[in-house]
Amino acid sequence: MTVQTNAASWHRQFHCALAILKKNIRLYYLKPPVLIFGILFPVFFFLAFKMGRPIAAEDVVPGMVAMALWFTASAVGPLVTPWERNARTYERLIASPVSIHSILAGDVMSGLIFGTCLSVVPVLIGSLLTDTVIESLPLLIAGIILGALNFATLGVLLASPPASAPSNIMLLSNLVRLPLLFVSGIFVPLEQMPAWARWAAPVSPLSYATVLIRTAYGHEAFFPVWLSLFMLVFFAMVFFWVSCVFHNMWRARAL
Amino acid sequence: MKPAIEVHQLTRTFGRIKAVDRVAFDVYPGEVFGFLGPNGAGKTTTVRMLTGVIDPSDGTAVIQGHDIRRAPLRSRAHIAVVPEEANVYLDLTVWQNIMLMAELHGIPRRQRTGKADQLLDALGIADRKKQKARMLSKGLRQRLMLCAALVTDPEIIFLDEPTSGLDVESARLMRQIVADLNKDGLTVFLTTHNMTEAGDMCARVAIINSGRIAAIDTPENLRAAISSRQYVEVAFSMDLPDQDQLETITGVFEMKPALRRFTLYTDTPGQVAAEVVRWADQKGHQIAGISIHKPSLEDVYLHFTRTRRAGGSQ
Repeated sequence: MTVQTNAASWHRQFHCALAILKKNIRLYYLKPPVLIFGILFPVFFFLAFKMGRPIAAEDVVPGMVAMALWFTASAVGPLVTPWERNARTYERLIASPVSIHSILAGDVMSGLIFGTCLSVVPVLIGSLLTDTVIESLPLLIAGIILGALNFATLGVLLASPPASAPSNIMLLSNLVRLPLLFVSGIFVPLEQMPAWARWAAPVSPLSYATVLIRTAYGHEAFFPVWLSLFMLVFFAMVFFWVSCVFHNMWRARAL
Repeated sequence: MKPAIEVHQLTRTFGRIKAVDRVAFDVYPGEVFGFLGPNGAGKTTTVRMLTGVIDPSDGTAVIQGHDIRRAPLRSRAHIAVVPEEANVYLDLTVWQNIMLMAELHGIPRRQRTGKADQLLDALGIADRKKQKARMLSKGLRQRLMLCAALVTDPEIIFLDEPTSGLDVESARLMRQIVADLNKDGLTVFLTTHNMTEAGDMCARVAIINSGRIAAIDTPENLRAAISSRQYVEVAFSMDLPDQDQLETITGVFEMKPALRRFTLYTDTPGQVAAEVVRWADQKGHQIAGISIHKPSLEDVYLHFTRTRRAGGSQ
């Protein structure tokens, strides 16, 4: 009976998470500026890094895919809760029979889907416009999906401080995301980076996603694939757990 | 009868400030319960605790048999909330707003679509179904909020200032819908500043002041409890009598003049009215009108909130 009750409760909460996902996609992700930002941003970064430099395009593509994933999957997540606090719709969500876990799971799933779908753009650009060859499609898919899951969860974690002004969270989000970009082997492979960066790399989930994507494109990687897979799952679980604790603790603040 | 809401010593502190201090009351099934109090008295904090938005610092409440601290999701499954500010999702359509709330409450698809159509018709916004909530006026957004709350088939509805700032038609419609639903057994927890609304709609009211319940009873009993605020209103048509003489009439302990009208406060209004007529006849004053009034709910409210404030400042 208890098992059945628990299963029913999980089933219901999963449906609630899907309802939140649907709401987020409609409200935040399917906006033309968000879509355009998601597509154009990695392309311009690619051009900025490639043009005028003696680097083979094939060497840039894995970094471009990882970077696009990083920026798209974690772009909107940090802002959903502050936007909802600001619009006073958050109070309605937490007064409904939905657990904080389900609300956050819905937020994570929307970031995961958005990041995964938009990462197809740099993958296609790489495949169609350069001589890049994908040597392991399953590894590329795993890297993209686990990376997107991880970055979306990080986005939700960044949304937890009790700020009703989205600009405050945007600042925090950029303070965390931008430095990590430079110690994760996106632009320069980790083995070629200075010692301090190699020490910092293991604390960045982006490093592990980059390893999987680089390996999928046939490049050498700093960490073993198994470790990267494990660390991405580990980081996602830790981020989600900490997010649930913080969101629950601060849910009534800044209402 | 088992209460729909049982509140036990509910307390909430914010730092050193006790916003709600050991509040306790019951709300019975099918009752319209009014929750009144001045700004900052603890109304919103109490409602937020009951609806799961914030945790109590101490005490608890039981909603339809489920403790809000031990089983928050189960307790919230029985309630719906219509906040004062119509916080609908502006970029979702009317229909999407309603469906979202229904989905979050686990209402099956067929049931939620049928019920939503029915409610949209009843609330007069069926023709706005595909419009974004952004396009609606405040009154229509409030109707949408009510619709989104009722589609979840709640047993208890929390209404926070439901008619505040609405046009006459929308306010009347809201009151009518709530009254009809209450006839069908819905328990209503109404937070309001509108004393007429509370007096007309509520079976019982609680007055909260400085975080504590100052009074709780039926509006009639509360009015009776402050019988000293009964009054006789008398208007004179020609020569005005001497105010000091009016005040000497037996049983009058306060008098307020206003143009040709005098308000005499007493706890024996019948005797005072008879005495005023006799006295006017003797003195040759012509009475244009005389009436006896019981204290209004507003008088009751002011009595309890002012008494407490005066007590607190001493």
